[in-house]
Amino acid sequence: MLRLLSFALFLVSWWIAALFVGGAKLPSPPAVLEVMIAEASSGALFLHLGATLARVALAFVLAMSLGSAIGYLMGRVRLADRLGDPWLILLLNLPALVVIVLAYIWAGLTETAAIAAIAINKLPTAVVTLREGTRALDRSLDEMASVFAMPRWRAFRHVVLPQLAPYIAAAARSGLSLVWKIVLVAELLGRPNGVGFEIGVAFQLFDTPRLLAYSLTFAAVVLVIETLLVQPFEARTTRWRPRAA
Amino acid sequence: MRLEVDITGKTFTSAAGGTHEVLAPLKFALCPGEVGVLIGPSGCGKSTMLRIILGLDGDFRGHIARPPRARIGMVFQEPRLLPWRSVEQNVRLAAPDVTEPKLSELFRILELEAHRSHFPGELSLGLARRVALARAFAVEPDLLVLDEPLASLDDALAGRLRDEIAMLVARRPVMTLLVTHSLDDAIRLGDRLFVLSPRPARIVQELPIAIPRAARSEAEIAAIRTELARHIQAEQGDVHAGRDVS
Repeated sequence: MLRLLSFALFLVSWWIAALFVGGAKLPSPPAVLEVMIAEASSGALFLHLGATLARVALAFVLAMSLGSAIGYLMGRVRLADRLGDPWLILLLNLPALVVIVLAYIWAGLTETAAIAAIAINKLPTAVVTLREGTRALDRSLDEMASVFAMPRWRAFRHVVLPQLAPYIAAAARSGLSLVWKIVLVAELLGRPNGVGFEIGVAFQLFDTPRLLAYSLTFAAVVLVIETLLVQPFEARTTRWRPRAA
Repeated sequence: MRLEVDITGKTFTSAAGGTHEVLAPLKFALCPGEVGVLIGPSGCGKSTMLRIILGLDGDFRGHIARPPRARIGMVFQEPRLLPWRSVEQNVRLAAPDVTEPKLSELFRILELEAHRSHFPGELSLGLARRVALARAFAVEPDLLVLDEPLASLDDALAGRLRDEIAMLVARRPVMTLLVTHSLDDAIRLGDRLFVLSPRPARIVQELPIAIPRAARSEAEIAAIRTELARHIQAEQGDVHAGRDVS
């Protein structure tokens, strides 16, 4: 209820602002909605949205799985940590734009280059979070698993993984928001479709309604995925914790 | 099938860089069906010794002969349950082969039936300790190690759990190693008592109890207790004995 109210408040203030500023700079909500419907009925909206979502999904899965594995290794093995740490710091602080431009120069304006560039941008945060999680693993439970001769996989699944789950959820959460941001830049710079590409076109034509139509649909999709996928996953991984009062 | 412990020494390097001798030469053996009790002052190195015996710490001098592929059941000082798994899952994960009737019986004996689906965070310490006991017994261990399983419980509950442990130990010929501060627990449960010195720990006195556990009368227990207290007083000095006997 409160969420709806805050959304309504946003719409109202948008509308009022649009009246003051004028339609060219800030079109009113109905004008944007009109473009949305036109784009949706032509199918273009879904095509571009679909392309963007596919890139997000691929880059996210790639970065999360690789990042988690590297982070776990660096948390467990001292040598891996020492070898990987300088690279990690470099990647963490490298601007997304540099990675994207270099990827396009080296691998051409291809899908692989785009997805790799997005994944590389997200990778280091996943590594850092999972490394912290691995360092915080409870040694006493490891000992318990070892005394009771639990097979490796069972121990990993029931002893280690539940301890890492909150870290994985945190990495997924922050990683997803990072990927949402970077994917549009990658599309703007070197892809012939996707929300980022459309926003680039709208920018060149100064077509504000179109720009807003795409951005807001995109934002809505992000919101839906956050509420329907990420939050339930987080809740599930922490369900054994006593609830805060 | 015997547990043979022959530790010749164990040093520990502290964070400050100093080295400390934790264990002095120690030697004893345990047969199936026997309950060995380690009694010693706090910080004398008992837990270190257990970690070595369990194979968790390989950094020591000497030799441990455990029966090959011996199943180990362990009750740690803290319950060490998986907080994200229910009571039943905690037991089943350690003992995947346990049958339903056997599990039900264990839960009945330890009065855990009502808590099967609870998570450890919802249990009191006493209950959590009982779950740890259930887990250790469910694996049908060849070697059972109990590290102060009754510490910090009130006397009535500790007494009941002690009887339960005695009952469970009596049902299978298992080598049991119990670490305790309580002379009462030691005498009521043990077949052979090992009195340890302060750090670095060595066995200062080995005290077998010939009377079978079930047949020990209160008078006999009191007699053994007096004798044990005397040994401890003689070997460890008044400071430690004074507290341990209390």
